[in-house]
Amino acid sequence: MYYDIIVIGAGPAGMTAAIYARRAAKTVLVLEAVNYGGQILNTPDIENYPVEAHISGFDFAAKVYEQAKALGAEFVFEKAVGICEEDGKKVVVTTKNRYEAGAVILATGSENRKLGLEDEDKLVGRGVSYCATCDGNFYRKKVVAVVGGGNTALEDALFLSDLAEKVYLIHRRDSFRGEETNVNRLKEKGNVEFVYHANVTRLIAEKRLKAIEITDKLDGSVRTIELNGLFVAVGRVPENQNFASLVKLDDSGYVVAGEDCHTSCEGIFVAGDNRTKTLRQLVTATADGAMAATEAVKYINNIG
Amino acid sequence: MAVMEITKDNFEAEVLKSEVPVLADFNADWCGPCKSMRPMLDELAKENTSYKIVSINIDDEDELAEDYDVASIPCLVVFKDGKEVNRSIGLIPKDAIAALMEE
Repeated sequence: MYYDIIVIGAGPAGMTAAIYARRAAKTVLVLEAVNYGGQILNTPDIENYPVEAHISGFDFAAKVYEQAKALGAEFVFEKAVGICEEDGKKVVVTTKNRYEAGAVILATGSENRKLGLEDEDKLVGRGVSYCATCDGNFYRKKVVAVVGGGNTALEDALFLSDLAEKVYLIHRRDSFRGEETNVNRLKEKGNVEFVYHANVTRLIAEKRLKAIEITDKLDGSVRTIELNGLFVAVGRVPENQNFASLVKLDDSGYVVAGEDCHTSCEGIFVAGDNRTKTLRQLVTATADGAMAATEAVKYINNIG
Repeated sequence: MAVMEITKDNFEAEVLKSEVPVLADFNADWCGPCKSMRPMLDELAKENTSYKIVSINIDDEDELAEDYDVASIPCLVVFKDGKEVNRSIGLIPKDAIAALMEE
């Protein structure tokens, strides 16, 4: 099956790319591993996207999906596992099929970075969480810890401090990368304890998580904290590994590309959170989608 | 069959004493990934007669959520003969949901 443009990933960036490509009258296939929406599904209330003062991530995603479908974009729910080039065409291989295209747009987004500790995967939903706004309500009046030093960690700790009895904020450095105002607000909370220059080194569980072991980076001392929940906010990892053979990635795994969304490989473009950029927001993701599609259309018109 | 709404009043009869295996979807109205997964569950419920799919709203049925130690949603729990035999957390594609019933 041949399409002018294949978009990999049905988050806001990928679906916006599909809208722009369809409006340029190109045939479009969107491949998605799970379901449309991507990371924005986890946001209960979007307040910073122009036009609507409040909209849930789910409603936003559903609207963009309907818009792309109505314009004629095709959606197939299969995970793309690789890309190669054959006779000037791009071939995208999924877990079930192979599809050919004139151009490909990588809009795969990112996933939560894990701590990499033993039993971490097994304890997800049993005390380990990567989303405070999703799971915080399960920890009312309980003891929790947040690991991380960026804005997500600070915002998670603030959110949880209103629900939980006590919040430990564990950070491997002694100052935060996140906003100063958030740090100050946390310091005013009576139930937040800061634990600096420490790493979580062990998860202690029976059926569910009941304590963590933390190791001080300066003197190597070990401390056990009993708790009910651990919220991991140590950043995100771009999902580009399957395409590294064709496009250049930076040291953190992001596809190297400027505002024009061109990758190191002709005919492959990148849009959204998996691109090297300074601001990863809904509005910059959709902007990337528009740009990548426009450049992909130009590329196809030139080779065709 | 359609997805059935479950409360603590009919949980025992419809889930624990069910003659066929049950896929229980613990969810909430504010949970985007839960809403995203629901149409897939509706489809599976229509396509399959060998098992039953039920929905449990964790805000309305907080006792059930606590009894089954649900601490992250969406949470799918498979019951066979009144016992939990499988569990999956987070949004997963339709074929992965179906596979939970085959394990």
